[in-house]
Amino acid sequence: MSVDTTAPAAVIEAVNISKSFGPVPVLFSVSMDVRPGEVHALIGENGAGKSTLMKILSGFHDPTSGQIRLDGKQTDLPPNGGAERLGVVLIHQELNLAEQMTVEENVFLGRELKSNGFLDKAAMQATVRKYLDEIGLDISPTDRISDLTIAQKQMVEIVKAVSRNARILIMDEPTAVLTEEETQVFFRQVEKLKESGVGIVFVSHKLNEVKEIADRVTILRDGQWIDTRASSDLTPDMMAQMMVGRELSDLYPPMHEADVDAELVLEVQNLRAPSVNNVSFSLRKGEILGFSGLIGSGRTAVFEAICGLTPIEAGTIRLFGRDIGPMTVAQARDLGLAYLTKDRKEKGLLLDKKMRPNLTLFALPKFVRNFRLDSKAEEDALNRAIRRFDVRSRDKEITVGKLSGGNQQKLLLAKIMECDPKIVIIDEPTRGIDVGTKQQIYHFIAALAAEGVSVVVISSEMPEIIGICHRVVVMREGHITGVLTGDHINENEIMRYAAGLKREELH
Amino acid sequence: MMTASDDTAAKPAKRSSIDFKTIGPAVALLILCIIGFLLNPAFVSEGNLTNLLTRSAFIGIIAVGATFVITAGGIDLSVGSMAAAISGVMIIIMNNAVETMGSGVPTVLLGCGLAIVLGIGAGWVNGALTTKGKIEAFIVTLGTMGIYRSLVTYFADGGTLSLNFDIRGTYRPVYYDTFLGLPFPVWVFIAVAICGWLLLNRTAFGRYCTAIGSNEAVARYSAINVDRVKTLTYVIQGLCVSFATIIYVPRLGSASASTGVLWELEAIAAVIIGGTVLKGGYGRIGGTILGALILTTIGNILNFTDVISNYLNGTMQGLIIIVAVFLQRSDWKLGKSK
Repeated sequence: MSVDTTAPAAVIEAVNISKSFGPVPVLFSVSMDVRPGEVHALIGENGAGKSTLMKILSGFHDPTSGQIRLDGKQTDLPPNGGAERLGVVLIHQELNLAEQMTVEENVFLGRELKSNGFLDKAAMQATVRKYLDEIGLDISPTDRISDLTIAQKQMVEIVKAVSRNARILIMDEPTAVLTEEETQVFFRQVEKLKESGVGIVFVSHKLNEVKEIADRVTILRDGQWIDTRASSDLTPDMMAQMMVGRELSDLYPPMHEADVDAELVLEVQNLRAPSVNNVSFSLRKGEILGFSGLIGSGRTAVFEAICGLTPIEAGTIRLFGRDIGPMTVAQARDLGLAYLTKDRKEKGLLLDKKMRPNLTLFALPKFVRNFRLDSKAEEDALNRAIRRFDVRSRDKEITVGKLSGGNQQKLLLAKIMECDPKIVIIDEPTRGIDVGTKQQIYHFIAALAAEGVSVVVISSEMPEIIGICHRVVVMREGHITGVLTGDHINENEIMRYAAGLKREELH
Repeated sequence: MMTASDDTAAKPAKRSSIDFKTIGPAVALLILCIIGFLLNPAFVSEGNLTNLLTRSAFIGIIAVGATFVITAGGIDLSVGSMAAAISGVMIIIMNNAVETMGSGVPTVLLGCGLAIVLGIGAGWVNGALTTKGKIEAFIVTLGTMGIYRSLVTYFADGGTLSLNFDIRGTYRPVYYDTFLGLPFPVWVFIAVAICGWLLLNRTAFGRYCTAIGSNEAVARYSAINVDRVKTLTYVIQGLCVSFATIIYVPRLGSASASTGVLWELEAIAAVIIGGTVLKGGYGRIGGTILGALILTTIGNILNFTDVISNYLNGTMQGLIIIVAVFLQRSDWKLGKSK
């Protein structure tokens, strides 16, 4: 461990922390410290113990052994967010804001300013406005949270933390849901926080960002502390290798040439639907077609309409050469068309159910025999899926909500593949999952295409679009602005179409 | 990676918590029976036990239907009024059919057939208004509850509708006769319970109900026709109300504004005592049956003893409901902390 004696003393230190859940150990004697005014990134694969360590640092979990030192003194952090009073604030990935209340009400929730027994709205709004100005956020204290963008909500969380005199801010993947532009705004505000002496723990799977924003990086793997280093000594590739403990030279599988003469399996003409404006494209057998564009550009809306999740207003769809009208999700599935949602927690998996009912839910009619569910067949399917998709869990009987993000994503993929689709649309295939799992998913997608399945990949991460797709459709504001092939698939081109700087004449 | 030792170590702890949840209502019923026996040994007499089972049948059958509705994330407050309205219409139609069809079995069958059609229709209306009309189930069924209740009052002109005396003779065995030593209503109860259990636990439909109650968006994205499944749960509920009404009418041979009052709450209470989660996503038919038996047993015990006034029946039932849900909740917490 690189201990720098000239550095300021740590605000919070975790010393030889171990943690077990029941008989299952998740952290083995991990140490980490956070100094005032630094960004300390915590990275590792899903299931490496990052979340557990964060929760221990913020008092949501007790360590099984080891100690937490606050300003050098051993401290038992109060549970359930009580550590906020000591200046240690955890910002959860699922933000904790009351959607129907205003910015000011949220910031002061639970410690409202009063005068003569009534709420002192003016004083609270003035205070919040001061914080908003400081952080450079262009919203009003009276705005309702539900009207804000995700990035703005995140800022409100940070304002809330700062207003509580946070000295340590622990953020769980704050950039996972942000666009690149929003991320830059976010980073500027992180810099300001640093200047004011706040220590920041930053968890992210985006290693380029870690390189950009972090001062030091701590790497965990399988619950073990691997290293803590200055980020200037590391490259994203080195970080990835330390996280997975193996060479990651082949993150993207070798690209097989797409057969340009292969039959068209899906042809969409002049599709109109909510947030979709006159969209036409086609998809060939065995092709991996990327859909790129900014968040909200209508990529998801196109496929939700095609798969029967939202109504179609106009347009024709030809599937395997046959004209078909609007379908229900079940009809689309039976025709071999399946959509895998980007929102695995809200729309993808039943978090309070076990793996088996989740796996078979989409293809459930397949498991009916004599009007009854064949539980033996379901169990066999689960065992097959666990092997095929490498789903790792402590126990086959745990509820899906307790699986790590990467394993949830693999299970969701397995659930969709259970109906053997001929066309599969994967929306944000690797959102919030670690490098190792990403690699597995990319290889899986490539293997599917090689078998003759057509895959549509909707993604906000340009490297993966560029790394695995044969052809890329770029959307902006509900329109298709460009279709790229071959050497034209690069970040520059995609960005110019996505931002509306360039536009193809399409028929 | 999962190892064999992890696997075996994690399982026993898990299983014991599930067991507690499953046997909880059974233990409660057993304790109640022991209390009943200690207070008065006549509690376990054959006559009393058959009486208890027969009385449980009405609420029990309706509660089986309610288990589906609640598991799929809905609620049906209209069942008591629906039962009253169906009884009323049944009696009017059967009385009017006497002139043309006589007072024999065909008239009774006509009445029963009509009850089933009405039950399915009323359930479908509740379901369609909830799904296609996109109105909260609580509001829809609060509305239909008022409508059905006032309809029966209107049909009875504020008084009581009485079944024709001759038909009563034909119809009577449906409530009072026994088969293999068990009263006919108990057999209906058993049949409905078995069908309900199979439907909820062994069919795709049951899985869909659970999935919808657990997370409707996930269900929609999983190719489930959410509206149809939800509507069907209300139809099943209506059908169960029909069955309960068919065996209830011959008991008194009449219907009035006070028929079936508060049945909806007893049915919901039976479902919740049995371990089904009120917000949906987890349903247990076996627990519902036990819940219905527990509710009836409390009333029965109070009839047997002077220690607590019979008028406090509602108090005892209320206490049991609260205690049952409290125990379930602490069990959930236990499961989560692991």
